[in-house]
Formats: sequence, structure tokens, C-alpha cells
Amino acid sequence: MATQATTHQTKWWSGGKSPFNLEYGKLMMWYFLMSDAFTFGAFLISYGSIRFSQNFWPDPNVVFNAFPGAGHANLPLAFVSVMTFILIISSVTMVLAVHAGHKGDKQGVIKWLAWTIVGGLAFLGCQAWEWHHLITGEHAVLVDGQIQMIGQTTSVNPWGQLVHDNTALTAALNSTPHETLVSLVHSHDHTHSLKELAAMPDAQLRTMVDIAEMHVREKGPVAFGGYFYGITGFHGFHVFSGVVINIVMLIMAQKNVFENRGHYLMIEKAGLYWHFVDLVWVFVFLCFYLI
Amino acid sequence: MDHQHSTISPEVTFEHHTSDAEFKKRVKKTTILLSVLTVIELAIGLIIYNMHKGPNPSAGLVLAFKGLVCILTIAKAYYIVSIFMHLGDEIRNMIMTIVVPLLLFVWFIFAFIYEGNSYKNLKNRYDPYFKETTMPAPHHAAEAPAEKTSGKE
Repeated sequence: MATQATTHQTKWWSGGKSPFNLEYGKLMMWYFLMSDAFTFGAFLISYGSIRFSQNFWPDPNVVFNAFPGAGHANLPLAFVSVMTFILIISSVTMVLAVHAGHKGDKQGVIKWLAWTIVGGLAFLGCQAWEWHHLITGEHAVLVDGQIQMIGQTTSVNPWGQLVHDNTALTAALNSTPHETLVSLVHSHDHTHSLKELAAMPDAQLRTMVDIAEMHVREKGPVAFGGYFYGITGFHGFHVFSGVVINIVMLIMAQKNVFENRGHYLMIEKAGLYWHFVDLVWVFVFLCFYLI
Repeated sequence: MDHQHSTISPEVTFEHHTSDAEFKKRVKKTTILLSVLTVIELAIGLIIYNMHKGPNPSAGLVLAFKGLVCILTIAKAYYIVSIFMHLGDEIRNMIMTIVVPLLLFVWFIFAFIYEGNSYKNLKNRYDPYFKETTMPAPHHAAEAPAEKTSGKE
């Protein structure tokens, strides 16, 4: 490789030039990414530490089994695979944008940057859907002898251990308030509207509940929500800032800022940041969904 | 290959140059590789899911699959950093300034997961209330509908 021949001829540490053959800003971007890698690493490792300190932890394939538009279908890993592919493809378009920059191809840069931005926004949209679905989801949880319909937040987790004690469940059903019974029936019954259900007496609602099918759980470890929303939120924030940076790059490219400078190095640095964001997602995906 | 000083900035001695066709090929190959690795990881994830739905998931096998998934993820990280971020094309000493500190992660991950696990074991040994109230019941084919027997085990 020509690079290596030149490497041996050049005196790298004799001063007057970068011993790493890198522009200062690019090198600093690498070191920033390394520091950010440690930050994400610390968050993810602390998640691992807490998760393995518990006897019971929710199964991610039970928690994350929804897909937009698929209703109650059980599709573990489906939506998160879509998100992963979106981010990988946006990384590829970013590589192509940087490459177009090397060739001085302004239109190429603009085209591929635009696609990268689209990918980033699509990912953010997906993550927003996932959060919304988790927060507003209603799952039957046995709390203090009653059944409550609870979503996943940072202060409560509805995915504890399954309750197998049918006696306790029947007793709980009998002391469950009306609104909750309505929600409970509504989550499985698709033949009546909420209004119709709300008008029925409790006794009738109770007959519409099949305890065996209900999958009522105890409350789960609260740390689950804190870690999930915290880490995916922090990552989402990085994606968002990456999208903003890419939009700024797009506008600058359009306005010939890089044409006039004679190089598209700024795009390369933005590219490094974007790839880092993709890389972090690969690990977040691993920690929360696969292991 | 041109050896003149680049227009980018005075500290850069020369720029990397790869032919367009060769570069496009490399990107395509890497994209396909990353996609394949992702699909394999997803398949393993689904295998683990199905194992937990079955009667007696072998803890060792599940752990082996999880270990495999971790290795595949590290492979993906390698390709993203080396090819997409071009770290593989940089000067070797510079690559080392990035990779060597990141080796701290090896200790970091092992130590903290070992610690979390030890915390769990010690707490189970010395806090029977914790053990009784949080230990999952022996495996009941996890997501099957609740059994008709009454009383938890």
C-alpha cells in the first residue's frame, strides 16, 4: 500500500506536521468519541451490574413484542430489527456522503446527507413510538390484592413474575374497581366499545375475564424502566443532535461553504459522529434486547 | 497517488486515496456483512426466546448463545469502526491511541458483571426474605397460560 511506503519515509515526530497525519479537528473528534464511548459504556455496564444482581428480570422478548399497526400480535425483536436496519442503512448513506465529499461531488454529498437525515428521523420516530407504546400500554398487575392496569414508566414496572395463584387472582378481581375492570376487559375484548363496557355491571365484566388468558403479573424491578428510558433516551438525544448536525452540514454544503474551502472535511467529522451513534445503538440493542 | 501537500490543512502530509469502484465495492461488501451479522443475531435472539418457551431451557446453552451474540456484536463494531469510520486506514500508532484505552472495557465489563452477580449470591445467602420473594418459580414454560393448579410453588 502506498500509505505504508510513505509512512516509512516520513519522519513523523520531527515537528511541523501531525504525527498521525490527521487534521486536528478530526483527531479531536476521535478522542471525543472515545470519551463518549466510555460514558455509554459506563451506563450499559451499570445496567448489566444491576440486572445480574437481581434474581428476576423481565424477559425482553415479552416486554418488547409490539409492532406498529400489528395490534396485540406477539412479534418479539421485529420492531427493534427495523430500527437497527434503519440506522445501519443511514450509516451506509453517510459513508457515501463522505466519499462524495472526497471527490468534491457537491450534489452527491447533498443527496446522501439528505438520505442520512431521513434515516435518522425515521429512527427517532420509531423510538418515539416504542416509548409511547411502553408508557401508555396497560398490563394487568396484581398490586395489594387488586388488579391494576399499569404501563412501563421510570417508577413502576408491570413485568414482574407471572401470578399462578388462581385463588388470589379471583379474589383480586372481586376487589378491583370498575374502571380497571373495564380496561382489563377492553384489552382483550374487541367486540364491545369502551362505552358499552363502562355501562356493564361489575359482575358481568368479571365473567368476561378469563384468568388463564390474562397473564397477570406482579410488579417488576423498577430499575428496568429507569435504565431503559435513560439509556435509549441518552442515545436518542445523540441521534437527534446528529440529525441537527447533519442538517447544518446539508445547508452548508448547499451554500457552497465546502466548495469554497476546497474540501469536505467537516462532513467527514460529522460522519464519524454519525457512525458512533450507530455503533452505540448496536450495543444498546445487544444489552437490552438480546442478553 | 499525489504526494503534494493537501489543501485540507498544513498538518496533514498526504491524503488517502481509494479508487471509486474499489471503494463502492468495499462499502457494499461491508453493508452486506453487517446485515448478515445482524440477521444471525436476531435469529439467535429468537432461538433463545423459543428455548425459554419450552420445557427445560439449558442454562448453559442459553449462556453460550448470549456469548455468541456478544462476539458477533464486537465483530460488527470492528467493521463499523475500521471500514465505515476509516480507522483501519489510519496510521497504526493513531489506531493504538484509540484501541488500547478501549481495552479497559474488557476488565470493566467482566468486573462489574461479576460484582453484580456476587451481590446477588451474597444477598441470597444472607437475606432469606429477598431470596424467597424474588426468586422465580422453577421454570413453567414461561409464557404459557397460568396453570389451573392453585398456589405458587
